[in-house]
Amino acid sequence: MKTKSVKSHARMPFLTGVVFVAPALLLFSVFILYPLATALSYSFFSWKGTLQGSFIGLENYEAVFTRKPFDEALPNAFSHNLLLFAGAMVFQNTVGLLLAMALHKIGRLKRLFQTMFAMPYLVSPLVVGYLWSLLLSPLFGPVNAILKAVGLEELALPWLGDPTTAIWAIVFITAWQWIGFPMLLYGAALGGIPEEITEAADIDGATGFKKFRSITFPLLLPALGTVSILTFIGAMEAFPIPYAVGGSTGSPAGATDVMALLFYRTAFESGDVGSIGTSSALAMLLFLFIFGVAVALRLALSRGEKRLYG
Amino acid sequence: MRKRLNVMAIPKHTLLWLYALVSLSPLSIMVLNSFRTMKEMAREPLAMPENFNFTSYEKAWVTASFETYFFNSMFVTITSVFIGTSVSLLAAYVFARSKRKIFALMEGLFLSGLLLPVFLAILPIFYLFDALGLISNLWGLILVYSALSIPFSSFILAAFFRQLPIDLEEAARIDGAGYFRTFFSILLPLVRPAIATVIVFRFVPIWNDFFYPLMLMRDRAVYTLPVGLTRFFGEYQTDWATLFAGLTIATIPLVILFVVASKQLISGLTAGMSK
Repeated sequence: MKTKSVKSHARMPFLTGVVFVAPALLLFSVFILYPLATALSYSFFSWKGTLQGSFIGLENYEAVFTRKPFDEALPNAFSHNLLLFAGAMVFQNTVGLLLAMALHKIGRLKRLFQTMFAMPYLVSPLVVGYLWSLLLSPLFGPVNAILKAVGLEELALPWLGDPTTAIWAIVFITAWQWIGFPMLLYGAALGGIPEEITEAADIDGATGFKKFRSITFPLLLPALGTVSILTFIGAMEAFPIPYAVGGSTGSPAGATDVMALLFYRTAFESGDVGSIGTSSALAMLLFLFIFGVAVALRLALSRGEKRLYG
Repeated sequence: MRKRLNVMAIPKHTLLWLYALVSLSPLSIMVLNSFRTMKEMAREPLAMPENFNFTSYEKAWVTASFETYFFNSMFVTITSVFIGTSVSLLAAYVFARSKRKIFALMEGLFLSGLLLPVFLAILPIFYLFDALGLISNLWGLILVYSALSIPFSSFILAAFFRQLPIDLEEAARIDGAGYFRTFFSILLPLVRPAIATVIVFRFVPIWNDFFYPLMLMRDRAVYTLPVGLTRFFGEYQTDWATLFAGLTIATIPLVILFVVASKQLISGLTAGMSK
């Protein structure tokens, strides 16, 4: 089979290959490669409006750490992205995993439940953000109406209007939307655990928690890795939900600001003459951070898997 | 073992139905409230509609231009998925059937697009479009989405092409069919399941995308639904029934897609795990 396919591969004429690949390569180059390379170069130059000035090395990068308003806005926005990642991870790996375990071997209703739990994941995050901003409204919002109805009046707060609770509301909304995905991934991983292993553990007298720790957990690890990486990327790129809830300025008082919003404001709303340079530097920093951590997580994961399975 | 399973079944089902409530009630409230009047909602935030009132849909569709946004979104999404899938099909075929290093390199390049936050490179696209007159032009958006579809689509399709036995193509070529003929009449029908997956999985993010049209579409006539929603939420702040109707309109095509293709969606979401 192998030698045969190698022989046939060699037969595809180079020119045919080029013709077939050309449209995709053209689109990819013009709309992905060229913009990435250009954004990188933008970040090393000084700018006056849309007029490119001289090469200034890393000055734009220095500016986004030290100059106003970045010196405060950058750590503020970045901390919210991290919080979003941490919150979503906790929610997904407790509630999501619990749901997957409850669904495991449940029989006929499984598909129905999976469909119901995964539904929010498909809805536009912008719609989700706007929907929750209405649901959590202190005036006519149903959430506070329910809280009052069940006697939890002290919890009927203006969740999105208060700077201390607004970011937590966004963490919850995001986790609520995402949970279907880890639930499905963990479900698939649980389904892949061979029956013999759990049976062998039963015979050896392993109890609930011990069984989970030494059998289920190691076999869930690849799924946990995938969930971590995708949650990380999603949390760092968060944009539509914070935009819907707090607008482009991250109101109230920057309490819901995130990196993508900061980038958007710098690039399109700041009115600063050097904004092309500073926003490109911001984009590249975020780009490097997301890509770097995603690759590092992937490597750590495959190393961990190797250690577990030899 | 058996006995414990039965005892566990009750809390298990309670948990599942409880979470089903958490998962679906916000979406149900969205639909139900779109049929209620503002007066009803002010009096009773949570209740069934007194009578099913479609005026807010009419208002959203006609007065608030959702008709325009909806058809713009449909046009952009369908065309982008079509172009993105077509160019990816052609490229994936080469990746699967040619052993040349240059194509393997290209495949790796496309793949890296899956992990890269490419949306951050919006500014150069903005200035490129500005120079080409593509700002506020739906075709500009279509070109970007088609390009963004390539990493995922070519990855899925190349994996599928690799699983196909090569004998069929060889037989066709011995019969005198060229590469193009073989591709269109022999291979395309065979990769239909993978094409379905790619279409479903690209439809959702393109339909939902908000980032690109927010920056690149600067005229109400070319807004897609998500950008239309942001303007609409500013203008109809106090008209909740219409807001809920607008949100529902933006969600309906995805619910239909989900119902029709839930099997592809659920198996596709977990596909990465079954390696």
